[in-house]
Amino acid sequence: MTDPSAEILAPQQPGFPVPPRSQRSEPFWEGCRNGRLVLPCCSACGARALRAFHVCSQCGMQALAWEMSAGRGSLYSWTVVWRAPHPGFATPYAPAVVQLDEGWWILSAVVGCAPEALRDGMSLQVEFHPASDEVSLPYFRPVRI
Amino acid sequence: MSHPFRDVAIVGVHNTAQARRLPGRHDSSSIALEAALGALSDAGIAAGEVDAVVGAASADAILELGLGPSIRRPSALGIAAILDAAALVTTGQSRVALALAGGAGVLQDTVAAPWTTPPNELVAGFGLFTAAEFALMARRHMITYGTTERQLATAAAVVRNNGHVNPEAVYYGRGPFTAEDILASPLVAEPFHLLDCATTSEGGTAIVLVHADRAKDEPRAVWILGGGSDAYGPAYTVAPVWDFSGRPGADPAGWVGARAAAASFAMAGLGPADVDVAELYDPFSFEIIRQLEAYGFCARGEGGPMVESGAIAPGGSLPVTTDGGTMSFSHAGMAAQQYQRVVRGVQQIRGECPTSQVPGAAVALCSNGGSGALFTDVLLLGPAQP
Repeated sequence: MTDPSAEILAPQQPGFPVPPRSQRSEPFWEGCRNGRLVLPCCSACGARALRAFHVCSQCGMQALAWEMSAGRGSLYSWTVVWRAPHPGFATPYAPAVVQLDEGWWILSAVVGCAPEALRDGMSLQVEFHPASDEVSLPYFRPVRI
Repeated sequence: MSHPFRDVAIVGVHNTAQARRLPGRHDSSSIALEAALGALSDAGIAAGEVDAVVGAASADAILELGLGPSIRRPSALGIAAILDAAALVTTGQSRVALALAGGAGVLQDTVAAPWTTPPNELVAGFGLFTAAEFALMARRHMITYGTTERQLATAAAVVRNNGHVNPEAVYYGRGPFTAEDILASPLVAEPFHLLDCATTSEGGTAIVLVHADRAKDEPRAVWILGGGSDAYGPAYTVAPVWDFSGRPGADPAGWVGARAAAASFAMAGLGPADVDVAELYDPFSFEIIRQLEAYGFCARGEGGPMVESGAIAPGGSLPVTTDGGTMSFSHAGMAAQQYQRVVRGVQQIRGECPTSQVPGAAVALCSNGGSGALFTDVLLLGPAQP
């Protein structure tokens, strides 16, 4: 048995199932490849969305735009996975919902700390790691304050 | 004003054998059809009388049972499908409606069940699966209200112990469990241990609904007192955020099902205190606590203490998930288990449960879905025409 407290959460090494990139999310994926967190918003009302949209859920306009986030936020919710759904994922890993300072919620995973160090509201900063030649994923690392 | 569902009755229910693997069963349709025949037999109705079929296996049922021409509604599942079938009857489009579902031949041993890992681009790369999705909701509830892993484990033990004594459950005889047993099982996705999670299994289930005229002399008929459905978006494709909401001023997604329950109670002219048994959908232990709060059985944040009080155990003020639920009775694929809380609710109202029967149960609340899936459906059942 490994001592769980000895584990430091790390990005997954390529070999896990790579998410299929859709056309609608292309600016997000292209941003990730270039080390930038580019997320959907409404150019009419400024609403920041969970995913690329055809119609803004807040104002009803068809005005999808993409904005760059500074990549800073706080930990909103998390889990630590010890039994992965696919053998390509090394455990433990910590899927998380991060609330970005600009208002977006984004699904990601926390790296760079022990699982038991995860805390509600802890400050996080985005970083990117490759999942394949075509796809990089945004992870979040605790910011030392 | 007459009740919207006064002209429809549930007269037949059936679960096939349920097991981790059913020998000789290789496709979902065949086990759903076996369930359909069982439900029709329970109802005392010939297959040829069916004129509407709902559920994923509806097309196969219409072909193999010789029901064409017949109404087909393949899209909904569980309580939503039952409400669709009831609406077909109350609007005169159908006299005898059949809902059926089954799962077999889809599980593999090396990876998680396919319905737990939809390959959506925004979640797949982070190793999400249903346990993690529901855990992200549970964690937020724990942060906000101080809900504990032990309270989750206590709910799991209650449900699993109902399955332990139920000879029809996949995990019959595999208990009894204490909260300590649940907490001692391996972690899957914190705060969930293995025994906080639904199983995967095979089996079928079916329900027969008829026009009230056809149920006049049927003392075992069970009636729909209320129903409702809530959804916040596609399951397992975006971040599961407790505080996300759609309509301004509406409850956020963490309370999915609250509006459906309120609508159900309003339709029935009843309140949470009138419910004798709650056949709650239990994909993960946390959902028991969340739904107790969302449906108004206790104040928001008080679900954990309510579970610890013993209220949801047999003999308590609100016994829940009396067949063992998806954790112990069965979880046969995408859909079958979404109907099985209703099958059990019907058996409770009839007084026919061989185990964990709530004496004199006159109002049963059934549910399916859950917060991690962004949808929840609610159904209220009773013994008399509303």
